[in-house]
Amino acid sequence: MSSTRRTFLKSAAAVGGLAGAGFPHIWSKTSGLAWAAGGEIKVGVLYSLTGTTAIIETSLNQATLMAIEEINAAGGIAGMKVVPIVEDPASDPATFSQKAKKLVIGDKCVSVFGSYTSASRKAVLPVFEKYDNLYWYPTLYEGRECSKNVIYTGAVPNQQQKDFVPWLVKTFGKKFYLIGSNYIYPKEENNVCKILLKQLGGEVVGEEYVPLGHSEFSTVIGKIKDTKPNVIFSTVVGDSVVALHRQYKAAGLNPATMPMASLTTSEEEIAAMGGEFAAGHFTSAPYFMSTDTPENHKFVEDFQKRWGKDKTTNFVSEPAYFQVKLFKQAVEKLGGKDLTPPAIRKAAWNQEYKAPEGLVKVDPDNSHTYLWPKIGEAQANGQFKVIEQSKEWVKPLPYWAYPGQLCTPDGLVEKKG
Amino acid sequence: MSTVISQISVGLSIASILLLVSLGLAIIYGTMGVINLAHGEFVMLGAYSVWFLQSLFGLNLITCLPIVFVLVGVVGLLIEWLLIRHLYTRPLDTILATWGVGVILQQAIRLSAGAELRYVKMPDFLTNPVHIGFYEESAYRIFIFFIAFSLLVITYLLIFHTEYGMRLRAITQNREIARCFGINAGRIYALTFAYGAGLAGIAGALVSPLKSVAPDMGTNYVVDAFLVVVMGGVQSLLGTIASSYLIGQASGVLGFLTNDTMAKAIVFLGVVVLIRLFPQGLFTMRVNRG
Repeated sequence: MSSTRRTFLKSAAAVGGLAGAGFPHIWSKTSGLAWAAGGEIKVGVLYSLTGTTAIIETSLNQATLMAIEEINAAGGIAGMKVVPIVEDPASDPATFSQKAKKLVIGDKCVSVFGSYTSASRKAVLPVFEKYDNLYWYPTLYEGRECSKNVIYTGAVPNQQQKDFVPWLVKTFGKKFYLIGSNYIYPKEENNVCKILLKQLGGEVVGEEYVPLGHSEFSTVIGKIKDTKPNVIFSTVVGDSVVALHRQYKAAGLNPATMPMASLTTSEEEIAAMGGEFAAGHFTSAPYFMSTDTPENHKFVEDFQKRWGKDKTTNFVSEPAYFQVKLFKQAVEKLGGKDLTPPAIRKAAWNQEYKAPEGLVKVDPDNSHTYLWPKIGEAQANGQFKVIEQSKEWVKPLPYWAYPGQLCTPDGLVEKKG
Repeated sequence: MSTVISQISVGLSIASILLLVSLGLAIIYGTMGVINLAHGEFVMLGAYSVWFLQSLFGLNLITCLPIVFVLVGVVGLLIEWLLIRHLYTRPLDTILATWGVGVILQQAIRLSAGAELRYVKMPDFLTNPVHIGFYEESAYRIFIFFIAFSLLVITYLLIFHTEYGMRLRAITQNREIARCFGINAGRIYALTFAYGAGLAGIAGALVSPLKSVAPDMGTNYVVDAFLVVVMGGVQSLLGTIASSYLIGQASGVLGFLTNDTMAKAIVFLGVVVLIRLFPQGLFTMRVNRG
């Protein structure tokens, strides 16, 4: 437990503030703890600033802080200032859990924004469930989770693939080679891909998982040359993405006839591999930095003004930004009263916000988010060109691949018969 | 038939990278008995040096190679002088010391160059594949193969056909007696360590356009390099070649038959069994280290 001196001083100061102001705060009905006190709403910001996933999570931290600053500059929420309490869980799931406890119990945050990896989300879940708090998770992930203490604002497999796979089949052909890193996310995504391919009469000519951090793809490329797929469906993550793209090009494969279709390659990976290695490959995501909406132009401009000219926004930092705005609307709906995590969760349902990607909405059926899937073609300049965009927002279906199970507001239920 | 050819070339390609990465380690481990766990970080430094030279001066990768060799070699020399030379009588302690050096180098790069993945450009004339009959192979991988082979030949000549090499071999056999004959063991060791580090630097420079450049990239390479060196027998160049070739082909074939995750596990298992049966590695020279 990180019940440090600093924490103690902070809570002491908070109590002092209470007494001095004559208790103008709201008491939680359920727990009797002060959730919002002294005209302040405390929220936790839990993204790694050090360790393996620090680069991407730093961009999430920055997007979150920028949203909070914007809210405060515009007068806060219902007259109250949002106070972010930033913790660095150092890319380590155990530290995530520890810091989450500190934010929930020690700082009495009314919500926490955090996590990039599924492992870190799974690590903090017990904390939020035990103390009935609320976690806002911005990353696209594999679905198949249904916690009543999380609002999920990233894409789930049906949102990334429902339009993407049919488009790939139509444009390039029916033979798919599935390649992913060896952990839960790629396997769940590939499950969905296989179901879609079956419906479309497509064929999986190979399915391969490489260890995390793998960088030698000559065997895989050999197999790809042998099986001659129309599409290489990739859920490889991290620096392996860079190695795969470079070795693909060096081996003389051509994206015009056998493109890589990815759910994980963003502007950031492209910057690391060099635009010429990414050009002609495709990614499906609800957001690209090049998205042409007034909201996005402002988002990108503000982000670069706040954090540096060379900064990029990506399909994880955008939800990290808009979910704070959804939180604001939920608290506003409550009128600043009865500010408990469960009440905020209920108020968040059906909230709509004009995000950089388009109008998003929190689905009351499963606390995931309606999003706008897009297909982007990577360009040599490192950006994506959006070539297809969903005509309507797409409902999140975290259990799409598991027809026997349904995510409901009260948690997972098994459907009968 | 074409599958067989492509398998052999995949294996050769993996083997040449293994050879490249493990050559420096083999020299340092084999002749000096220093278990250099910072070897992966020398590889990483090589990759970062190219990135640095390219982004600052726009140099071509091939022009960078000699510069990188010298740069990383000097780092090696410095580390040898500051740390390693005090530990020649305590070979086991070098494990901890070099591991510490590795951590420091990794964090130093993380703090100075940043943690993000870096981009190294491949020479233009090597980006496209070449056609050998009906078979197509990456020009860059062929280039790596030839560089690895040339470095091997150079190293062989250095050790077996120069005076420096003769002295090094003398010290390897018996340091005290070699010193009695007037050989400056300290200087020879320092040069050898620098040479091994420089080779690792070149390896890092060469793999960087094909793979990715990150502060923690060395970790994977040091494991591969130790695998090769231990299996080949620590004091044998021939062993290093043979075991890179065997591991490369085995990874290729097993990866083809199963998948890369399985292949890695089976190769590890195979090496463990081999070491159990041949504790000295496949090729050994009977020498008496003083």
